[in-house]
Amino acid sequence: MPRRTMIEAIRDAMDVMMSRDDNVVVFGEDVGYFGGVFRASQGLQAKYGTSRCFDTPISELGIVGIAVGMAAYGLKPCVEIQFADYMYPAYDQIVSEAARLRYRSNGQFTCPLVVRMPTGGGIFGGQTHSQSPEALFTHVCGIKTVVPSNPRDAKGLLISAIEDPDPVIFLEPKRLYNGPFDGHHDRPVTPWSKHDLANVDDGHFAIPLGSAAIRRPGEAVTILAYGTMVHVAETAATEAGIDAEIIDLRSLLPLDLDTIEASVKKTGRCVIVHEATLTSGFGAELCALVQTRCFYHLEAPIARVAGWDTPYPHAQEWDYFPGPARVSRALIETLEA
Amino acid sequence: MPDPNLIGDMIPQDAAAPSAEYPPLRLHVPEPAVRPGGTPDFSNIRIPRAGQVNRPDVDVDAETIRDLAFSVIRVLNRDGEAVGPWAGALSDTELLEGLRHMMTLRAFDARMQMAQRQGKTSFYMQHMGEEAVSCAFRRALNPGDMNFPTYRQAGLLIAGGYSLVEMACQIYSNTHDPLKGRQLPVMYSSREHGFFTISGNLATQYIQAVGWAMASAIKNDTKIAVAWIGDGATAESDFHAALVFASTYRAPVVLNIVNNQWAISTFQGIARGGSGTFAARGLGFGIPALRVDGNDYLAVHAVAKWACERARRNLGPTLIEHVTYRVGAHSTSDDPAGYRPKTESEAWPLGDPVIRLKNHLIVRGAWSEERHKQAEAEILDSVISAQKEAESYGTLHSDQRPSARDMFEGVFADMPPHLRRQRQEAGV
Repeated sequence: MPRRTMIEAIRDAMDVMMSRDDNVVVFGEDVGYFGGVFRASQGLQAKYGTSRCFDTPISELGIVGIAVGMAAYGLKPCVEIQFADYMYPAYDQIVSEAARLRYRSNGQFTCPLVVRMPTGGGIFGGQTHSQSPEALFTHVCGIKTVVPSNPRDAKGLLISAIEDPDPVIFLEPKRLYNGPFDGHHDRPVTPWSKHDLANVDDGHFAIPLGSAAIRRPGEAVTILAYGTMVHVAETAATEAGIDAEIIDLRSLLPLDLDTIEASVKKTGRCVIVHEATLTSGFGAELCALVQTRCFYHLEAPIARVAGWDTPYPHAQEWDYFPGPARVSRALIETLEA
Repeated sequence: MPDPNLIGDMIPQDAAAPSAEYPPLRLHVPEPAVRPGGTPDFSNIRIPRAGQVNRPDVDVDAETIRDLAFSVIRVLNRDGEAVGPWAGALSDTELLEGLRHMMTLRAFDARMQMAQRQGKTSFYMQHMGEEAVSCAFRRALNPGDMNFPTYRQAGLLIAGGYSLVEMACQIYSNTHDPLKGRQLPVMYSSREHGFFTISGNLATQYIQAVGWAMASAIKNDTKIAVAWIGDGATAESDFHAALVFASTYRAPVVLNIVNNQWAISTFQGIARGGSGTFAARGLGFGIPALRVDGNDYLAVHAVAKWACERARRNLGPTLIEHVTYRVGAHSTSDDPAGYRPKTESEAWPLGDPVIRLKNHLIVRGAWSEERHKQAEAEILDSVISAQKEAESYGTLHSDQRPSARDMFEGVFADMPPHLRRQRQEAGV
């Protein structure tokens, strides 16, 4: 089985879908000839021509706006917003348009569209290249929100997203593009080639949206995480010597609540980890759901570890980032509570 | 407005003292020529005589017709004759049908406006004075073409043969509402009639029309898209993005601006800036831009035909500014007496589109005052009969309305578990 980086897996997913379905088109800023600033679409224009993979003007509103019109026509656009931080001009098109076409037209018009966005920090990108806006999407009815944590999932989930009949926001943790990240920024970078989840099948395979994965079984405490924080949580549990069960949510909406519920009922403890800012973050929703479903099984308060409620800083990136030390501390406190 | 004599007192103590070279800066806020109580004045609107503007070939270089963005294409003159190079495309039968479409729209508006006042629905928006724009444009379209309309283009539906009963059912949000009560009244949707679901958020659909047109080109299809926006909403970024993308990819799209002079209470000078006309917005993008007399059925049709021809021949987008006047209120929620002279619509120099087409048909010998009166009565009957049928399926506050269960359907193709749980909790 070939080993791929996450960026290669994403490219492969688009390649597979473009070859299977003439209606799949890929576009965005620097996406065509150059293949994207992270090279996710490298080679696709040469292979499929300029009418299926092309560069756009620098207008996120325009990129998503034309994608909505194309999707209503019957195409399946898979567009790239260069950084999730740049999506705000397109937000109205996502929230008021893409998310609602099916509902408001009673199914006359639909919007099978994927918006890919590199997300999260850890690359010294400062406040405009590091944000994690997933909660701004999960709060919107009519769209799905997906965050892969490894190459295999990235390919299988992106294929599902492109095949989905409704709009999907596909958030790609950019720190994971070329290797898993254990949260220790001062240690040598690990490549994907040494990771089991970099074994990515060739051809078409789909991982359904709405199914979580248990990355590490355990009995003492449940950790709910997604994207980069799945790897950070694994490091923290190992370093703290705690028998944690780590659930990689993969898809935030739809959410695999059954897997979460079963795990927390088993362990009786829950720590939620995300890189996005704390207040009104997706962790708040998870916290509410877990306490409603598992209240009588809980032996400790549910803990949240998240980015501080500040803009993502530049020089203080590693003071901001919820690294293994903070996650370990939360695990220990939850076990001692 | 502050007393100018007091402005000196309002300058903060630490403001720099005015120098001889640079007087203090002052903000410019455009004002309409007249406010309520004043005498309407449209002397600033330059209107050329009918027939004066030339008709270029459809493959013209946009650079060479810049003047069309500052003039007004008109076909019907004061005597009701069709004159000039844009005249002559429509037969008596077609024009009579066009007249009937506009009269139907006007009668439907009157009945629905009244129904809203009677509490049968929450909201309505009428077209009074703007009927020619959407009714005449529709005639230039082919089956499969797609409009991305605003809330004031119901003429596209009526002229496209959509059922008045379905329109009224949508307005009443009753059991036969094709949109199951999910949308505000008049936010119609009919894919079959080339009418994209109306958002209600302004301008968002302008860029979507460009995307739809690009998709048609990507698939080597023959369909074109038509975008619609009002004068006020051209200020939105979506409008400008649409012009960038349409010109960059030469999308087969017609970009319409309906300049009806008023954005609720805000006169068109607030959105227009210093460019002179809205059509002139197209020039910086190299998009052929035309202004047309929006109250002249023949002129709107001729310009629409020209622009659609360009799109069909893969010559790219065209921008059209329809110069018209919103005679009624913006919606059932505002009173124009609060922001413009009551008699302003009577002073509007381009007249009434229905009367102008009627007079033209009389001049042609195809129509008469008597037949017009008779048609008015017949049309009113058919509108009332459609209204009655729709009311037999319920009105907004009656018991006959879409079920609460419908509310949960159609958010996604397949209902995800969390929505299913919420529907169960709601007990529906």
